[in-house]
Amino acid sequence: MTARPLVAGLVLALLVLASLGLGAARIGPDAAAGEGWTALVLMESRLPRTLAVLLTGAALAVAGVVIQSLVRNRFVGPDTAGTGESAALGLLAVTLLAPGAPIWVKMVVASLSAMAGTALFLQIVRRLPVREVMLVPIAGLVLSGIIGAVVTWVAWQADLLQFVGTWLMSGEFSGVIAGRYELLWVAGAAAGLAWFAADRFAILSLGDEVATGLGLSTRGVMRLGMVVVSVVSAMVVTTVGMIPFVGLVVPNIVARIMGDNLRASIPVVAAGGAGLLLACDLLGRIVRHPYEIPVGTILGVVGSGIFLWLLYRPPAHG
Amino acid sequence: MDRPALRLIAALLGLLGAASLVWMFQGLGGGNRAFILQLRGTKLAGLVVVGAATGIATVLFQTAAANRVLTPSIMGFDALYVLLQTGLVAALGVAGFAALPAAPTFLAEVAAMSLLAAGLFGTLLGQGARDIPRMILTGVILGVMFRALSGFLARVMDPNAFATVQAASIASFGSLDAALLPAAGAIAGLCTGAALWMAPRLDLLALGREVAIPLGLRFDRVMLATLGLVGMLVAVSTALVGPVAFFGLLVAGLAHGLAPSARHAVLLPAAGLIGAAILVVGQTLFERLMGQTATLSVVVEFAGGLFFLFLLLKGRVR
Amino acid sequence: MIRITGVSHRIGSAAILHDIDLTLPRGKLIALIGPNGAGKSTLLRLVARLEPLQQGRIEVDGLDLAATPTERLALAMAVMGQQTHIASRLRVAELVGFGRWPHHRGRPGAADRAAVEAALEAFGLAPLRHRFLDEISGGQAQRAHLAMTFAQGTDWLLLDEPLNNLDMAHSRALMARLADLVRGSGRSVVTVVHEVNYAAAWADHVVAMKNGRVVAQGPAEAVLTEPVLSALYDTPVEVARHDDRPLVLHHHWHDQLGTPFPEAPDAARPTVH
Repeated sequence: MTARPLVAGLVLALLVLASLGLGAARIGPDAAAGEGWTALVLMESRLPRTLAVLLTGAALAVAGVVIQSLVRNRFVGPDTAGTGESAALGLLAVTLLAPGAPIWVKMVVASLSAMAGTALFLQIVRRLPVREVMLVPIAGLVLSGIIGAVVTWVAWQADLLQFVGTWLMSGEFSGVIAGRYELLWVAGAAAGLAWFAADRFAILSLGDEVATGLGLSTRGVMRLGMVVVSVVSAMVVTTVGMIPFVGLVVPNIVARIMGDNLRASIPVVAAGGAGLLLACDLLGRIVRHPYEIPVGTILGVVGSGIFLWLLYRPPAHG
Repeated sequence: MDRPALRLIAALLGLLGAASLVWMFQGLGGGNRAFILQLRGTKLAGLVVVGAATGIATVLFQTAAANRVLTPSIMGFDALYVLLQTGLVAALGVAGFAALPAAPTFLAEVAAMSLLAAGLFGTLLGQGARDIPRMILTGVILGVMFRALSGFLARVMDPNAFATVQAASIASFGSLDAALLPAAGAIAGLCTGAALWMAPRLDLLALGREVAIPLGLRFDRVMLATLGLVGMLVAVSTALVGPVAFFGLLVAGLAHGLAPSARHAVLLPAAGLIGAAILVVGQTLFERLMGQTATLSVVVEFAGGLFFLFLLLKGRVR
Repeated sequence: MIRITGVSHRIGSAAILHDIDLTLPRGKLIALIGPNGAGKSTLLRLVARLEPLQQGRIEVDGLDLAATPTERLALAMAVMGQQTHIASRLRVAELVGFGRWPHHRGRPGAADRAAVEAALEAFGLAPLRHRFLDEISGGQAQRAHLAMTFAQGTDWLLLDEPLNNLDMAHSRALMARLADLVRGSGRSVVTVVHEVNYAAAWADHVVAMKNGRVVAQGPAEAVLTEPVLSALYDTPVEVARHDDRPLVLHHHWHDQLGTPFPEAPDAARPTVH
């Protein structure tokens, strides 16, 4: 039991080293101390890329925990709630209406739009029959599909399809260099905020009655949760594109192993998300070396496999 | 067939006929009439085949799944076809695939598709009899997995050709594959005939396993035959125009709403005619009046998606 | 008669039925009783071929279930499962018409139409014949379903807990109807009954099951006795007589406060949706 965190940390460290070392250019372990070109590749490309993957994986997994406690359903993730597509819609709108707006304005608009999409999803979920657990993810997937169709259509009309394509297509990190990923730190900060409020989310997931009985303002916690999920989704989608399944499967696996005490489990969830995404990113870099397969595509295969296993595994008890 | 049913079928036939006439002869200038008429005729035939195949496939699938909110493509049928196609290209190489004779290859693909659909979804429906929402979610996730696998295969084959798979993931009624039309039309016609011949058994199938078996229906056999037909019809429409996700839902919903009875002898022709009529009317409106060739697919998909959410919110989940 | 020999059944790792040997006589109203998880419904569903037979042999009027085509069996027995409300936009008369399917397989003749009329009449459904199933009440839908099995015209009729969700008046009417089928038309009815007094009031023959075994069977008078029932339900009961039939009484024994719940193997019970 005590060995587990150690092993997990070791695996993550190995993945990070592999990610730093792997790429079109060959870099040895002495590069950091070296001069010139190799150090440049390391600092400008490899390190930012690795950091971007770690931040994205961790933030998405934590956002998954949050949205799962908001809708009280284990089979949803930030990527199946219409959030990412809504962020893209907002960004598209601001690009069309105010092309010259500074980047922070665009990000705020994308986040607000993502929040509106998430709120719509929560409204839909509220009106679904309570006992039909599996309908929640289905509704989310369909909502994502509809908003995605709107984005595609508007972009196509405005001849911005190529611009939008990078957000809605399978996410990838091959374009990440220093100066092009820093928004992901905002996503990381939002995930940190979720950890700070972990107990609130844990109580909220027990139900409105319990939360109210314990003197918690459910609306306040809901709002906080929506902020976290929306900011994470907006930053990730606009920086690297859609990353499926991380926010869905990692919280499930962690809850299965160590339960739903979020204060204890959120750091593990973050590490798990970072590890899974980094492993898939590495896989995408190896399979067709020196070309890359987008990590979103790899995760579509790996993640759906894990998800089906979660769906059909025997119950956790016994 | 009783009087109201005949009236409905006649009205739909009239609508389709009128729309077809408008489509063929509206704005026919003095120029190369024969050429234009042939071009329009081909497109009309394609629209009718796709509309009818989608409508009938959806009604058949909803009967097999005992569920009114599903379509074959929500459950991943069309993704399976795209995967089959991509797998074939991956195995033979782009040049090898292109060298195959088009029509026999298509027939073989359709046959393989019907077997795969019956095997895979037959197992799923058999197991899912006790937990329908989980079965739906499994199908949805399988669809995601098939799409990701197709993307993966395409990338591994040719790392630079992002566009091929992405382009094949949105339906386009404006540009259909005319070379396949004769074979596709023949298959769709045969499948429709077979479905009509099975209509009384389909009525029993719709009552569910618990009722149909005591009445002496060979339930599993009829179920597999139905799914096989669905597989072939989906293959036909996907091959002609690409994946259509929610359009069938709209058609089946209209068919169930308009038909005076749940007998398949009425439902199936009604669904086929409604599907064909919507596409012909819609394409005439968008292409001739608004000059937008590709908008129809987005609009019908959007309408179908909204209809899906509407059904969910109304609590109509079975 | 229905002859069950050496039938065992497992669902996953849970054994539901253990080596059942049972003969059900013709021309009687037969009640299957027993506590939750006894295996009553599973046994009925096995006879109805709704579950695959894993071990043993079942014969219905000499027809081996494993070797007889399902079309032929549909002429020998009709079944009404627990789910009687069919979510389909069919009219009542259309549903009842499906009861004739085993006879005509898609091409109804004059005899079939007459049988449907008779069934509608017999179950008081004539005024509802053109109503859609999703427009009528649950009780009416169940009656339509029963009329369908009646129209099937089989010697045997199997029912799985038909009294679920019915109030007292409807339960009584249904049991009376089943008794009518037996005494009036010479049919044989097997029904799973949860509330033992409906068996006491109407059944000719009672089969008592517990933990996947038959613990008693025979004429109602012989099975519905204090020692058998007290052991069957693990709770003291008293059997009185009313209208010359047994009447089972549970006492409000307040000195039994604090008695733990009986160990009902709920987890082993197959979930039927």
